[in-house]
Amino acid sequence: MTNNNSFRNPTLSAKIGMVILSIFIFCAIFAPIIAPFGEAESVGKTWLGPSSKFWLGTDNIGRDMLSRVIFGARMTLGVAAICTCLSFLIGVTMGLLAAVAGKIFDQVLSRFVDLMLSIPILVFALMILSMFGSSLPTLIITIGILDSFRVFRLARAIAVDVVVKEFVEVARLRGEGYWWIMRHEVLPNSLPPMIAELGLRFCFNFLFVASLSFLGIGIQPPFADWGGMVRESGRAISFGIAAPLWPALAIGLTTISVNMIVDWILSINARPSGASAEM
Amino acid sequence: MLRLILTRIFLGCLTLFAVTILIFAATEILPGDVASAILGQGATPETLAAFRIELGLDRSAYVRYFEWLSNALQGDLGVALTNKREVLATITPRLINTLFLAGYAAAIAVPIAIFFGIVTAINEGKWIDRAANIVTLGAISVPEFFIAYILIFVFATKLGWFPSLSTVYSDMGFWQKLHVVALPSITLTMLVTAHMLRMTRASVLAIMSQPYIEMAFLKGLPRNRVILHHALPNAAAPIISVVALNLAYLIVGVVVIEVVFVYPGVGQYMVDGVSKRDLPVIQACALIFGGTFVLLNTVADILSIMVNPLLRHSR
Repeated sequence: MTNNNSFRNPTLSAKIGMVILSIFIFCAIFAPIIAPFGEAESVGKTWLGPSSKFWLGTDNIGRDMLSRVIFGARMTLGVAAICTCLSFLIGVTMGLLAAVAGKIFDQVLSRFVDLMLSIPILVFALMILSMFGSSLPTLIITIGILDSFRVFRLARAIAVDVVVKEFVEVARLRGEGYWWIMRHEVLPNSLPPMIAELGLRFCFNFLFVASLSFLGIGIQPPFADWGGMVRESGRAISFGIAAPLWPALAIGLTTISVNMIVDWILSINARPSGASAEM
Repeated sequence: MLRLILTRIFLGCLTLFAVTILIFAATEILPGDVASAILGQGATPETLAAFRIELGLDRSAYVRYFEWLSNALQGDLGVALTNKREVLATITPRLINTLFLAGYAAAIAVPIAIFFGIVTAINEGKWIDRAANIVTLGAISVPEFFIAYILIFVFATKLGWFPSLSTVYSDMGFWQKLHVVALPSITLTMLVTAHMLRMTRASVLAIMSQPYIEMAFLKGLPRNRVILHHALPNAAAPIISVVALNLAYLIVGVVVIEVVFVYPGVGQYMVDGVSKRDLPVIQACALIFGGTFVLLNTVADILSIMVNPLLRHSR
């Protein structure tokens, strides 16, 4: 078992996950080269079935589904990745600061986060995006901030355990500042459990962006994105056209493969010799 | 115990109050100029000025907040900007529809999830546990609308058992309604069951690793008896909070599902309001969703206080 759990030898499901995810990332980066047709180009009749020319058929205004799915990887994966980075940047910084900077600061921040989490995140996002409009920067900042509250909770919980260790105490006695302690003592010791969380938060944000786009207030046309594509072709399913299933399948495959990789990373962390079995 | 419960109720009311402030702040203070946020950049200065007066934006924010709050408490949720109809009159039948859908899904999901959650925990590592793990992980990982469209594709388009759109009328018979709403409620059931089953399993397993369970096994008691008499009474509190937590999840899941099936509920009303930037509608829907969320969380806490054996006998 211990041999299986090293970074050299991923489990079978983790390997499958990595392969699927790499394919999607490859599509995202090289979309203009791989895609047989353009992103917003009408190339045939509407609602054509799968054929040798259009592998996945065409959509409501005659665009090639396969090309749209390939281009969609860019927007959907890209936006979710940026949101996750932003949310970790805010969440981890504030979480570690709350653990290091003393009780009052911690209490104020924690109660504030409790309050922000008392409204369902989707309802919150709907409210904000309706008033600010859903341009790409607004979308990313909104999701990033809303998600950072959850990251904050975890980061704080982990950091609170690290802060009471002797080496942090020594650093404090040496007269190091909050920022130095956070960066050099607390952060490295909180990272291992945070890495698995990064994958899970990515899945959540990814599904969240897709849902918002599906509701029509996420990524806006003419950009292809998987959630929006399901929205555009959704009604066709009543007529037996499978078009909305392809982008939806791409969304599902992505989250499942990230989950498989996260499971494997978690099993490494849970090793007796590993840094932490937290979570 | 009574004191604990009263404290929790007080905290719940406080949270509810804070939620109203949050909703008001997010919709009327954060955007800066609400009038131009709603009308967009094409609006002329005259229409903007007239619209500001219509919204009452000439008064200060806290006056407007307390007016909005006291009106909402008296059941006056304002008038929709787009069609000038009372929000309350529109939202009440929709709320009943949403509660019908959520209740329908919960009635199927809760018994299945608790039963299989306990069964998988008892059979940890056996084939039924593995199968449940794969199925639930799959259901959690894919977006709601993917499950919904697959169900529509198979059961509405190919087999023709159910309608693909869930249009309900107020004069529809109960059984007919159950039939029309079947697909959205099955979709919701699958999602909620998956979450609930996994969490139930985890909380039963957490109890099973306690020393007193090991003691019961060491006494030589049969497995079934240990589980039914020793583990389950203590697992009740975590299971109840799992159920409540997932019912809270249900009200969010309902938004996307209602849009997929064009079901006339609060979720669809909110999405409509959002796309038309209809401020009173958004506020009213957010208030209902936020309020239900807080209510369910509070009820969960109170129930788990009540069933906790350690707190049952007051000192």
